[in-house]
Amino acid sequence: MTEPIRIGSRGLGFRSQQLFVQLGVLPFLLVVAMMVFASLSGNFLTGQNLLNVARQTTYLAIVAMGQMLALLTGGFDLSVGKNVALTSVVGAMIMSNVVRGHPDAVGFAVALGMLGGVAAGTFVGVINGIGIAVFEVPPFMMTLGTASICFGLALTMTSGVPVYGMPDLFGNIFGFGRLLNVPTPVYVLAALIVVMYVLLAWTRMGRYFYALGGNLRASILSGISTRFYLFMAYVLTALFTAIAGIMLTARLETGEANIGASLPLDSIAACVIGGVSLRGGTGRLSSVVFGAIFIGLIQNGMDLAHIQSYLQEVVIGVLLILAVVADQLRQRVLLRLKD
Amino acid sequence: MNEAATGCPDAGTSGHPPLIKVERLSKRFPGVIALDQVDFELNAGEVHVLFGENGAGKSTLIQILAGALQPTEGTVSLRGEAVVLESVHQARALGISTVFQEFSLVPTLTVEENLFLGAESTRHGLIDKATLRRRAREVLDRLGFPLKPQQLVQYLSRAEQQMLEIAKAFRTEPSVLILDEPTASLTDREADQLFSLIEQIKRRDVGVIYITHRMNEIRRVGDRITVLRDGRYVATIPAAEANEERLLQLMTGRVISQVFPKIAFRPGETLLEVENMSTQSGSVLELSLQVRAGEVVGLAGLVGCGKSAAGRACFGLESVTAGRIQFNGHDVTGLGPRAMLDRGLFYLPPDRRAEGLVMPRSVRENMALPWLEFAPFSRWGLLDRHGERAAAQELARRVNLQPLNIERDVEHFSGGNQQKVLLAKALCQPIKLFILDEPTVGVDVGTRVAIYELIGRLCEAGSGVLLISSDLPEILHLTNRTYIMYRGRVSGQVGGAAITQDAVLGYFFERRAA
Repeated sequence: MTEPIRIGSRGLGFRSQQLFVQLGVLPFLLVVAMMVFASLSGNFLTGQNLLNVARQTTYLAIVAMGQMLALLTGGFDLSVGKNVALTSVVGAMIMSNVVRGHPDAVGFAVALGMLGGVAAGTFVGVINGIGIAVFEVPPFMMTLGTASICFGLALTMTSGVPVYGMPDLFGNIFGFGRLLNVPTPVYVLAALIVVMYVLLAWTRMGRYFYALGGNLRASILSGISTRFYLFMAYVLTALFTAIAGIMLTARLETGEANIGASLPLDSIAACVIGGVSLRGGTGRLSSVVFGAIFIGLIQNGMDLAHIQSYLQEVVIGVLLILAVVADQLRQRVLLRLKD
Repeated sequence: MNEAATGCPDAGTSGHPPLIKVERLSKRFPGVIALDQVDFELNAGEVHVLFGENGAGKSTLIQILAGALQPTEGTVSLRGEAVVLESVHQARALGISTVFQEFSLVPTLTVEENLFLGAESTRHGLIDKATLRRRAREVLDRLGFPLKPQQLVQYLSRAEQQMLEIAKAFRTEPSVLILDEPTASLTDREADQLFSLIEQIKRRDVGVIYITHRMNEIRRVGDRITVLRDGRYVATIPAAEANEERLLQLMTGRVISQVFPKIAFRPGETLLEVENMSTQSGSVLELSLQVRAGEVVGLAGLVGCGKSAAGRACFGLESVTAGRIQFNGHDVTGLGPRAMLDRGLFYLPPDRRAEGLVMPRSVRENMALPWLEFAPFSRWGLLDRHGERAAAQELARRVNLQPLNIERDVEHFSGGNQQKVLLAKALCQPIKLFILDEPTVGVDVGTRVAIYELIGRLCEAGSGVLLISSDLPEILHLTNRTYIMYRGRVSGQVGGAAITQDAVLGYFFERRAA
């Protein structure tokens, strides 16, 4: 569907239009953001700062990859934020309790806590999947409901107080650890990107996510067990989210019920800015990762430029809407170029 | 081709310019020319029938006249003056009212609210409900439609909704009325009512553009017929001179023997045997039929007679409450699509957009979708993308996909080529029985011929084909046996030389002793 670029036959405007259609809005936004922030702050384009951005972005990128699966099937997951909170609280409570009872079994406590936290978060996806795939509850209501449940459970378990007492080992490895000067979370992200790539490009399940979001009826007639794969999409979304949740807990060194509030919006924004269709059926993994990095860059750049965090929320909201507007525009340009 | 347009009789409007004159009208969509330099004329007080296959450009032409689409080039004149129809609203203000085939009703609003949607009478800025109700009664009474203004549209039958759509066109006094297959969901009595209404408005010098596929309607209400084919103007003839043979030839551009291949039937063992099947929806009752290898069996009948539901039930898409389905000697009653595909039965749905294809994905992915578990699409539990690409490329060539680009999204292909992709889905793996539900709906003549040839080749290679079709010529010329359904039951069966139009149509309406 991409036509060869005929240089010289038409003007510069035409060529930039073609680039716009082929690449989407994201590369343009990235370039503009880099230029703006580089001019606002001399520290922005330093290697150390960019490594910082990479680490800070890890959590959002992992959640956004999960969110992408829900979006591909034509739904979305609003419970990712509170899922992170629940994962964090459950993981931290297991770790601190085990280590209190058996001060020598630090490694065991960390492993059990991480597994327990991720299991709790993934279980939220099981509930979402059953509600959406079996009982056909709209994803909007289902995930809004489980978000409330997760938040309520996390608050009840902690009485709203952060959970302390986790072994230092946990934070030292998974929060602040570095290998060859690259932070641990970046390795985790890289591994998950590979997993996601294989899933989407080389497995039937990945292909079916695209298919059932693109046309559910056609998928049924093609003999696909659509309920099972819809269910799996939400389970995997929650699994990715829970991994991000446990990594974030390591960074914060506490179990918190009040984290992740901005994740639903930010993760959907990363996907949409990366060109994932809200109607389901289309979206590229690389674009989603770059979408998350873009949001990370914006937040980091605004921090460096001393823009206060409340105002940053406004900027993210504006960018999300602009990205959708730009995508609509792109569809129109696409039609015109085809003519 | 313009001689035919201007050379036709000018139904008695000497001196006056025609009500509508369309000159060299073209409409291009991405990758498709829907309308190519078409001329068309409508006089006051005549019913001008537009005839042609699905995809011939009829809908595009009326959508331009209705203001819903803008032409790429060409002019539209109304009573001799060139007009630009920018919106449905503006066309309506100029006196052009359209009843589209697809309803544009809001189910949660009442009849009167729908009737005046977007044109509510107001008083002091508030909706004047009393006036609305009075005007709604007036319109409905004048048309003789038994609708209550306060009824909610979601509780209306399809026929009643159709009446409401027609009533909407009459809420103002139109000078041009466009009707797109208005009788598709009406009973005979309701259709009669519509025809007398058309007679009535003809006397008031209203011009009517009427789209239909039905010969008896053309003879009954038509004055002139304009035939379109593949987006081009073909001819305009007086309705009195039209007969089936001539229209079919104008419509397809070929004599019948060139459209339909001669198939050598060699019926072998029984593949599909349905015994006394009834479905939960009630649309199929005590149906029995058989399809053998090496034959094309037709399943005909009116829209809603249950022929489509029968095919769906065999593929496991409808719940069967009684009876038995046997495939290849095994009881397959109650099995789903996956099991049927694996056993070698493929069902081709009638609506490729709704059920057939994943529009935003590539041709390659669509073709492979049902078969990803098998070679050459899978290896060691992962997708084999090289094998997939090679297989898809081969299939695309086999069905003559144009353009031959398997990575292009399906939504960017023309209707005919989309249908080729849908058919190719069935050719990826050895299939014993093809259930083809309206396989040529909305495709151009070239594709239609290609599909018929494919059906012939599949049959001669030893597969069985169950052809479910509302297209009578298809049934008459392709099948060696045909079942006709009426209200969920088989009302008749004809075979071989006995498959004639009269024989088949005879079973369409009333049940005869079989």
